[in-house]
Amino acid sequence: MTRNKWISGPYLVWMVLFIVVPMGMVVWFAFTDNVTGVFTLDNILRIGNYSNVFVRSIWLGALATLICLLIGYPLAYIISRVDEKYQNVIVLLIMLPMWMNFLLRTYAWMSLLEDNGIINNLLAAIGLPRIHMINTSGAVVLGMVYNYLPYMVLPLYSVLTKIDGSVIEAAQDLGANRFQVFRRVIFPMSMPGIISGITMVFVPSVSTFIISKMLGGGGNMLIGDLIEMEFLGNSYNPNLGSAISLVLMVLILISMGIMNQFSDGEDATGGVLL
Amino acid sequence: MKKAKAVNERAHTRTRGNTSPLSKLYMALIFLFLYAPIVVLIIFSFNDTKTMSRSVWSGFTFRWYVRLWEDSLIQEAVWNTVIIAVVAALFSTLFGTVAAVGISHMRGWRKKAVMNLTNFPMVNPEIVTGVSMMLLFVFGAQMLHISSLGIWSIIIAHVTFCLPYVILSVLPKLRQMDPHLYEAAQDLGCPPLRAFIKVVLPQIMPGVVTGMIMAFTLSIDDFVITYFCSGTTQTLPIYIYSMTRRRVSPEINALSTVLFVVILILLVLVNMRRSDDKKEVRT
Repeated sequence: MTRNKWISGPYLVWMVLFIVVPMGMVVWFAFTDNVTGVFTLDNILRIGNYSNVFVRSIWLGALATLICLLIGYPLAYIISRVDEKYQNVIVLLIMLPMWMNFLLRTYAWMSLLEDNGIINNLLAAIGLPRIHMINTSGAVVLGMVYNYLPYMVLPLYSVLTKIDGSVIEAAQDLGANRFQVFRRVIFPMSMPGIISGITMVFVPSVSTFIISKMLGGGGNMLIGDLIEMEFLGNSYNPNLGSAISLVLMVLILISMGIMNQFSDGEDATGGVLL
Repeated sequence: MKKAKAVNERAHTRTRGNTSPLSKLYMALIFLFLYAPIVVLIIFSFNDTKTMSRSVWSGFTFRWYVRLWEDSLIQEAVWNTVIIAVVAALFSTLFGTVAAVGISHMRGWRKKAVMNLTNFPMVNPEIVTGVSMMLLFVFGAQMLHISSLGIWSIIIAHVTFCLPYVILSVLPKLRQMDPHLYEAAQDLGCPPLRAFIKVVLPQIMPGVVTGMIMAFTLSIDDFVITYFCSGTTQTLPIYIYSMTRRRVSPEINALSTVLFVVILILLVLVNMRRSDDKKEVRT
């Protein structure tokens, strides 16, 4: 029986080879010069030139996460109180768009938001002035919210649906009004769902690189676009790209560590690593 | 116990099922937000446009579907995607299930270390995983004198990011299992491998199947990691990306519609199968 644990050996070799070694290469590239290959801190220091991109990514990602939480929480709550017969169908309908490739979902918004797009044509048809929407930072946030809203709703729903109705009734019996019931009972009990929802929306939002390109035009570059440019784009420089990737990774791990301080640890799906 | 359950159920029916009109309106608005873009995408796949406009309606046509059908690049991309997904799903399921059995016997720091390694690719931003593997593959290709990245590097990358999902869906099933069953089979003279196939595997099968389905869908849908590891090989998501950049053509709408319908049919089938299972359990 004790010998059984060695059968995961090949798996460990695989993961070391294709996860640990590549990460080591990122670190190595980040700290070496792209011509001579000697140790340098230049790549890390050069990131300072792109601080506006980092600030924009974090700001837009945080905004999208907040909007997802504000829209998603009431939705998850409503679904958890719907007749149980219909709950599965509603959850399935929320997940269905997620099964479509995110490129297509984002492309759909391009045709809606364009200057000559469907929304503007509708506005013009009822005599309202056209609005410039595509290639703005607002469009990027909209794209993030649209793509990642289900990631917020699902963990919230799974927590809220487990809250026993009799707990809420107990609070009401003890004289709590609706606001107090929410603030003192439902909200604290749904904390693990909020934490994992925030993590699941914030991480992909901060590191996205296509949504900003498709909906934000050239003026709304995010960290992901920067990394892509250094590896596959015009300004080929994998050393600088690695440095940026390293900083992005550290940023994500720190924010997840902070988020985990708010949860009890084991139950949130966001609490897997730290 | 039974009484408590009955009371509980009554409490449930009291707090559930009375959705207010305002709540219904809210849900309707969210569904409008979620589905309006997809509906628009589908409608404009039938648009008979000459100017390649994606927002002015000018008559009904099936032209874009015909063109999609004749597009050899798309056929190649679909073919690549399916091969990669099948290989990656089979390999990661086999590999991951065996690994999960090993992990389930680990204890202490060793288990913690392995679980952190397993969870890492799931928390790490996809783009970082993608570029890190690209660095390795480019380096490896130079060492082994392989001309470029291609289907081999995509498959390795897909197996790597699918493995954690397989392991995390198999592990709970192993935990639920009675460990003495396997020992009992061996005590009765069954060789280890046969004991595993006859006794352990049937019990963890639901987890294995879930893991395989997840691996398959993740592989089909992946864009970010594939983008960095593909070289010049086209998969469907890569092709879609180049379509959104290259030209504006309703062909992409037609492709979206086809994919949406395929997904819808698959989901309905899976759910019908699931509700059949439930009925069987009840009777």
